[in-house]
Amino acid sequence: MGSTSAENHGSEGVGRRALIQRSAALGLISVPTMSFLSACASGGGSDDSPKDGNKGKTSKDNPFGVEKGSKLDVVIFKGGYGDDYAKAWEATFQKTAGVTSTHTGTQEISGKLQPRFNAGNPPDIVDDSGAQQIKVDVLYKNDQLLDLAEVLDAPSVDDPSKKVRDTLIPGTTDPGLQEGKVVALNYIYTVWGLWYSGKLFKEKGWSEPKTWDDFLAICKDAKSQGIGGLAHQGKYPYYINVAIMDMIAKKGGLDAMKAIDNLDPKAFVGSDAAQAGIEAIYEIVEKGYLMPGTNGLTHTESQTRWNQYKAAFITCGSWLENEQLKQTPDDFDMKFMPMPLLPGSAMPFEAIRAGSGEPFIIPKKAKNLPAAKEFMRRMLSKEWSTSFAKEANSLTILKDGVDSAVQLRPGTQSTVEASKAAGDNTFRFLYTEWYSEMGASIEAASNELMSKRIQPKEWLKRAQAAVDKAAKDPASKKNHRD
Amino acid sequence: MRKGQYRFVAGFLLVPVALYLIFVIWPYIQTFGYSLTDWKGQSQTFDFVGLDNYKALFQDDVFLKAIWHNIQFLVFIPVITILLSIFFAFMVNVGGRSRAGGVSGVAGSSFYKIVYFFPQVLSLAILAVLFNAVYRSDGGGMLNGLLIKLGLVDPDSPVEWLNEPGIVRWALILVVVWHGVGFYLVLFSAAMQSIPRDVYEAALIDGAGRAQSFFRITLPLLWDTVQTAWVYLGIVAMDMFVLVSSMTASMGAYGGGPNHESDVMSTVMMRNFLYFGKSGYACAMGVIMLLLTLVLSVVTLRATRRERIEF
Repeated sequence: MGSTSAENHGSEGVGRRALIQRSAALGLISVPTMSFLSACASGGGSDDSPKDGNKGKTSKDNPFGVEKGSKLDVVIFKGGYGDDYAKAWEATFQKTAGVTSTHTGTQEISGKLQPRFNAGNPPDIVDDSGAQQIKVDVLYKNDQLLDLAEVLDAPSVDDPSKKVRDTLIPGTTDPGLQEGKVVALNYIYTVWGLWYSGKLFKEKGWSEPKTWDDFLAICKDAKSQGIGGLAHQGKYPYYINVAIMDMIAKKGGLDAMKAIDNLDPKAFVGSDAAQAGIEAIYEIVEKGYLMPGTNGLTHTESQTRWNQYKAAFITCGSWLENEQLKQTPDDFDMKFMPMPLLPGSAMPFEAIRAGSGEPFIIPKKAKNLPAAKEFMRRMLSKEWSTSFAKEANSLTILKDGVDSAVQLRPGTQSTVEASKAAGDNTFRFLYTEWYSEMGASIEAASNELMSKRIQPKEWLKRAQAAVDKAAKDPASKKNHRD
Repeated sequence: MRKGQYRFVAGFLLVPVALYLIFVIWPYIQTFGYSLTDWKGQSQTFDFVGLDNYKALFQDDVFLKAIWHNIQFLVFIPVITILLSIFFAFMVNVGGRSRAGGVSGVAGSSFYKIVYFFPQVLSLAILAVLFNAVYRSDGGGMLNGLLIKLGLVDPDSPVEWLNEPGIVRWALILVVVWHGVGFYLVLFSAAMQSIPRDVYEAALIDGAGRAQSFFRITLPLLWDTVQTAWVYLGIVAMDMFVLVSSMTASMGAYGGGPNHESDVMSTVMMRNFLYFGKSGYACAMGVIMLLLTLVLSVVTLRATRRERIEF
């Protein structure tokens, strides 16, 4: 046999070569035929609306009509906060509402859920967070998210005379807004700013700097003693972007912030606040006050270095303490502070970026919508909020949401004090939620700036270019904040 | 061919061909279909936009830059890996000093053969963790630590290997080469061992040195294997997704930094696909990647075709 068979058998047989040719020809025919069979490129994905099969009777305690014995499919991002808190909730939910939950704790939100969304078979409630989250703007544009107004307008668990909406810290539902509807519930109350070690500061005789000059003076002193001034999580420029944008917002006030979120043609180039903010950050770079090598470190690497007293300050949000629990020395005395102030700033020193993170969503096509809504309503009860604070060392968006019996760690305690001091002076950028691509472009520019490869002027140009590009997309017209 | 042979052969081919059509060809067709839409990735609603995605693609600086980086990888990764592994394979198999009446490798060659293969057993994810520690940008990194100890680098400004536009791609190439050399050494060793010893012995008797026996005998007789290695390494160079996305600075997601200097087609595609929600656009990138890969394999096989030497 083999390649000689064609000659041997002549016309009555088929050689290997002929066979391959013919089968290839067959393949060529069959491929287009297959595409005719299902003309559209989309394979599955039925668009049928959710069935009301899980709907029980509604009552005062059960406003959504949760049916006992039904099932709830919960997916939790298992990151800095773990997923033990959710398991505790689910156990309570089973006891009190009679709904059994299937629990998935994962970091691969996108990988696990994208196929399910596409197939029209999503979970009932999702903590859509982490590096691999499915961006909320993307899900919303695909019409996958339930408008959470129903949950927010339901009676609160703790005080049925109030709506859930009125028991939350004001403004915390804003980041979940898409085109005026709350479609994601950002559950955790986070503040952003600088962090330092109370112990190190006491040792060196430094005090919390209120102005940018004081901040630079401490950096200078630190550098002379072989300690880095500022550490940041260079491999993820998201973090330094927070600091840059906060400088801009505090200098120029809420208008400077809204100009960026609203894609103003003068958001960066032509904005004095933006220029002052980025020049201030660049001063750290120019004077060599960055912790050596910090531009290339991951978040855990740089945060751990800071825990080892290799830098005076680090930029981060209030998840830092929980994330660094194991690496933080016992006597470290972690402290939070607002970004220091530039001269002539529109906001006071106490002003902080504060807001809610960790978006929880309910897919529109969830199988058990009543139970999902009820689960979310209970998340916003004092009992569940306290249980979260205990398991995850963080605050929730529920006003006064932690039982006073719970002892907080020093860093978390200092964030509570800082937010009290800030009062109404809080702000929160939304462009990261609305325009992923613009955020990524600005991150790239910030990385260049921190590595001293571009100057503030070029950074402003690049940031403005990113804004202008986002403004060109007709979909951007629907997002606006006043 | 005997009666019923068609049915017999077709019976064997039916399942694999069906699997191939369903799991390989059909997704390609779907990708092409999606690439003509403005699909946003998370539902089955989208509009047909014709060739708009492809038009946009050729004005996308980031994607064009990424293609260029893939081409650079395509040149350097196969060349360096193949040259190094042929050299090592030659030394391990026939490079030894000739002892009485034989051709053999350098001393300890069987030991080297095993050691060189070690990196190959590591998965790409482990490789990324390992080399992140090597390239770490402060004094805690292996390279920086060493260079600081030797006094070659100032501890206040360590080299940020993966954050330097001029270094980052070389750093990645080094990882791939380090990982691949062992495998191709074994591949070339096997090919070399199939070259009859008497050919070498005859050359030795004629007074050929190491260099001559390498260029006149080994290389020509290895050509088929080199060609295979080139195609495999070309595929690696066209991909690079795992290393880039888990080692380089983030530009939103999937690495690619600094300033897209390490972005490759696959990372740009994934960023658009999931992070930006421009999935239809990303599918167009996927189609371009497929075409480039096809062109590459055809060109490689054509360009390296030579007359086969029978022995």
